[in-house]
Amino acid sequence: MFYREVGQFKSSYAADQALLPILQDRIGIAVILLVAFVAVPLTASGFMLDSVLIPILVFALAATGLNLLTGYTGLLSLGTGGFMGVGAYSCYKLATIFPNVNIIVLILCSGLFAAAIGTLFGLPSLRIKGFYLAVATLAAQFFLSWCFIRIPWLYNYNISGSIEVPTRTLFGIPVTGPTASSETRYLVVLSIVVVLTLLAANLVRGRIGRMWMAVRDMDLAAELIGIRLYQTKLLAFAVSSFYCGVAGAMLVFLYLGSADPESFSINQSFLILFMVIIGGLGSLLGAFLGAALIRGLPILLRHAPAYFGVSLQSATVEQTSYLILGALIIVFLIVEPHGLARLWQIGKQKLRVWPFPY
Amino acid sequence: MHLLYDIFVSPFAQMVGAPDLLVQTLWDGLVSGVLYALIALGFVLIFKASGVFNFAQGIMVVFAALTLVGLYQHGVPAYAALALTLVVMLVLAFGVERLMLRPLVNQPEIILFMATFGLTYFLIGLGELIFGGDPKVMIASQLGLPSGSYRVTVARGFVQLQKIDIAAAIIASIMVVGLGVLFNRTRIGRALRAVADSHKAALSVGISLEQIWVIVWFAAGVVALATGIMWGARSDVSFALEIIALKALPVLILGGFTSIPGAIIGGLIIGVGEKLGDFYWGPLVGGGIESWFAYVIALVFLLFRPQGLFGERIIERL
Amino acid sequence: MRLKRLVLGAAVAGLVGVSVPATQAVAQDSLFVPLFTYRTGPFANSGIPIANGMHDYLAMLNARDGGIGGVKLNIQECETGYNDAKGVECYDSVKGKNPLVVNPYSTGITLALIPKASVDHIPVLSMAYGLSASAVGADFPWIFNPPDTYWDGMSIALKYIAEKEGGFAKLKGKTIGFIFLDVGYGREPIPLLNDFAKDYGFNVKMYPVPPSQMQSQGSVWLSVRRDRPDWMIMWGWGAMNPTAVTEAARTGYPMNHFIGVWWSGSEGDARPAGEAAKGYLSLNFNAVGANYPAIKDIEKYVIAKGQSQTPKDQIGENFYNRGVMNAVVIAEAIRNAQRITHKKVIDGADMRRGLETLQISEQRWKQIGLPEFAAPIHVTCQDHNGHGSVYVQQWTGKGWAKVSGWITPVKEKVIPLLYDAAKDYISKNQPWPKRTEPCDDKTL
Repeated sequence: MFYREVGQFKSSYAADQALLPILQDRIGIAVILLVAFVAVPLTASGFMLDSVLIPILVFALAATGLNLLTGYTGLLSLGTGGFMGVGAYSCYKLATIFPNVNIIVLILCSGLFAAAIGTLFGLPSLRIKGFYLAVATLAAQFFLSWCFIRIPWLYNYNISGSIEVPTRTLFGIPVTGPTASSETRYLVVLSIVVVLTLLAANLVRGRIGRMWMAVRDMDLAAELIGIRLYQTKLLAFAVSSFYCGVAGAMLVFLYLGSADPESFSINQSFLILFMVIIGGLGSLLGAFLGAALIRGLPILLRHAPAYFGVSLQSATVEQTSYLILGALIIVFLIVEPHGLARLWQIGKQKLRVWPFPY
Repeated sequence: MHLLYDIFVSPFAQMVGAPDLLVQTLWDGLVSGVLYALIALGFVLIFKASGVFNFAQGIMVVFAALTLVGLYQHGVPAYAALALTLVVMLVLAFGVERLMLRPLVNQPEIILFMATFGLTYFLIGLGELIFGGDPKVMIASQLGLPSGSYRVTVARGFVQLQKIDIAAAIIASIMVVGLGVLFNRTRIGRALRAVADSHKAALSVGISLEQIWVIVWFAAGVVALATGIMWGARSDVSFALEIIALKALPVLILGGFTSIPGAIIGGLIIGVGEKLGDFYWGPLVGGGIESWFAYVIALVFLLFRPQGLFGERIIERL
Repeated sequence: MRLKRLVLGAAVAGLVGVSVPATQAVAQDSLFVPLFTYRTGPFANSGIPIANGMHDYLAMLNARDGGIGGVKLNIQECETGYNDAKGVECYDSVKGKNPLVVNPYSTGITLALIPKASVDHIPVLSMAYGLSASAVGADFPWIFNPPDTYWDGMSIALKYIAEKEGGFAKLKGKTIGFIFLDVGYGREPIPLLNDFAKDYGFNVKMYPVPPSQMQSQGSVWLSVRRDRPDWMIMWGWGAMNPTAVTEAARTGYPMNHFIGVWWSGSEGDARPAGEAAKGYLSLNFNAVGANYPAIKDIEKYVIAKGQSQTPKDQIGENFYNRGVMNAVVIAEAIRNAQRITHKKVIDGADMRRGLETLQISEQRWKQIGLPEFAAPIHVTCQDHNGHGSVYVQQWTGKGWAKVSGWITPVKEKVIPLLYDAAKDYISKNQPWPKRTEPCDDKTL
């Protein structure tokens, strides 16, 4: 009823293979973008932007990156935090060395550094598989964390060992640093995320994406049909790390405003993996839903008691939110192991046949 | 040239020059290796029998130790608290099997892996809610564990052997032998191995998967409790211990996910390797390399044997 | 299927719920004091008593005096878990509610908040932690770190060592080991240590302990055994402290040559090592013990009424008293701000003026029911720190005993370094806002 594709005829291959072949999808995306770009900055509070929306977008981008690797290519990685750190620290160095270059260009460039490092640590992936590879990527995580502490050049020899974001402007408006308004930062993050997501969406439905998926489904078979395993896997590592690197740079420059090595610790890697799996492996929508849930749920749980007028100790709230988050993860996995994205598909199907049950 | 000297000559010169420190490093490495091996053992048990990569093993260590100390602080005598903690671990095993594993049966490995993450969060929340976040002192002496140390003279210097470490080594060996007997000599063990080989085949010959899972999760809980007691006695019992569980991961890749001897030998290699590396080569790069050195050792082994030292050979078919 | 629908519904409701801005009505006639605390995570052992002390003293003022100047304090804890991102989130959640001051209780969070505070007009009180250079009031008008910076602490530790060795000249050729938590906090005092080493000709050995290795320090202490430093100085926190003390005792390091900073001196840090920790030294700037009228009042008005999470035996412990002292600084600054602005309900900008002219004399410590609890605190427009005196305490196996008089920091060394560091910080964070806030010193 609401989602009828009947009557939407395609008269060319191009139209048939469009990114959004269904009219409702196009309208839906347009509405979402309109709300995100116009309505949200006009109405949302500073806390909403700073602590909810910006992090959700940043983490969604990182989750997209990991999803390309884990969801589409089937290579489990626990080094996401480290790769994000590479992006963040290279962006910081670039911003110091080239103070006059547009900060957005630098953020995107820092992704390239992350891609290079990611490729390097992807090298063992041809020989090592499954959980063994996951643990091998942990080596990258711990080694990179150690580098962020031990190479003082990376943080400009600051005594504290942490990096603070300098103020940079775009068309005279501060974009980074303490004087940048939440709305500006939100819009910049949103733009970058939208563009990169569009890129990812096109990547995964093209030749490269199909190669990745072939490798994921069975790498031996993929090799037999002429896919060069090594290049494909390394490309996945590179692209994935690029996304993570950009996300890391945004995490520091547009969200936290400063960072120390702990911001890119192993826990960050796990959190991003959560988002990918709860959201749905191999789904770009899933990365966003996962990020929204994993980031939003603890905040919701933290503020819920006060909202309902119950006063609890802050520590109790924290502990309970851990408890509930853990339980919810298990429940979600039991109910829908394919993630939130799958729930949306089911919902879509329901909308299509409504008001009939099937 | 100077660098080469620092890497290849001076550490060995130090080893020869101060043999007492070398022996001490080796001993410390072996002891932490035993403890890594214990955590890894918990992983292996569960992976072998259910194919679940149980990330929650680390928090189970903390949870078991906290339960023990918490019960003692509420006036339960030490040994009774130990017994009660075992009951709690059994309840946990039942809970995990009934509420988490059974509904998730036949799901891909990564989903089960993820579920154990959920379990980790759940146990962190539950543990802190019940026992509070403040660290507690392990009731080592009340449990009859020795304290103090022996001093052994070695070539001009001395080596200090903590009694608790010796006890840890003995208890770990007993557990390993016990598990070995359980796996190889009993009916349950045969069933466990059958399940490890193939869930379907095991089911078809009438082995109850549910029962097996409860047994392995309980066994992993017992291993966790032993680890928690030992590690808790060395520092204290707090949630920071959970981080140490990550050390078991390189042990696992080194030893192979499915091999009990692999976990032990892997643990010892990693323990000794990282202590030697950190002590003799660490200062070259500013120290603190213990956090990743173990992974590098494991990675090097892995490049030659992708399934770990003792892992079952990976055979790929189309 | 029904379960599935339920979950879908819950997810949608959750997302909608998040979008409802979580604002709480803050009564206009109260003083909002958010407390960033951590009662969870690996640093909870250090965080809990401090959180209790801060909360209990402020709650006592509410119960006994009806707040400060007749205005109730609105005390709210925000759990940070000693995690920077969570700390920033706490800051974002309180900044719209007119907080008087934020207490990050983490050097990492403080560093993250320093640039934000001057924009949002919220003073940051980092009591003896955070960025040492932020003591320079001309450059950091919104940041306060009384009574001492880490560099003061390091200079006092070295002064104490020199005293025991027979003067700074005797330090020549000696080796001093520095074991520290390898994060911003632990690295902060290194420049001063190196500076002293250069001047007095002693060697420094660094022993960094990364957070993931806090509880397995075996190889670090083995290195200590190899290098045989004459003295050890520790900058530790959380689970690192008890482990270090235990390991030091095991290695047979002479405990009376092992000095911890004021954050490595809680009872819980020394207790797990038992008898073997006897002799362990630590710096301190607040008294230990519960025998003070104000603390008796806390017991009477707050704890006896069950309005606190403090266990009975924690009252009067070092970090509990540290929390009390932090609360006293906040309360006195509020009082001071009320006095100079002639307002009862003040805001962050007024609080900044209150902090900037804060004086807690010996007399005043007595008046608030904490006689000789701490050295006098003296903050000025130029000096946001005061460089107060610190004493050395020693673990007796049961508790802490004061073993030195009040030691003043080596100001002539520390202050020039502070100015250099402030200049360095600002040059790296250009454009840094120029101070526009007028000084109150002259008008008072």
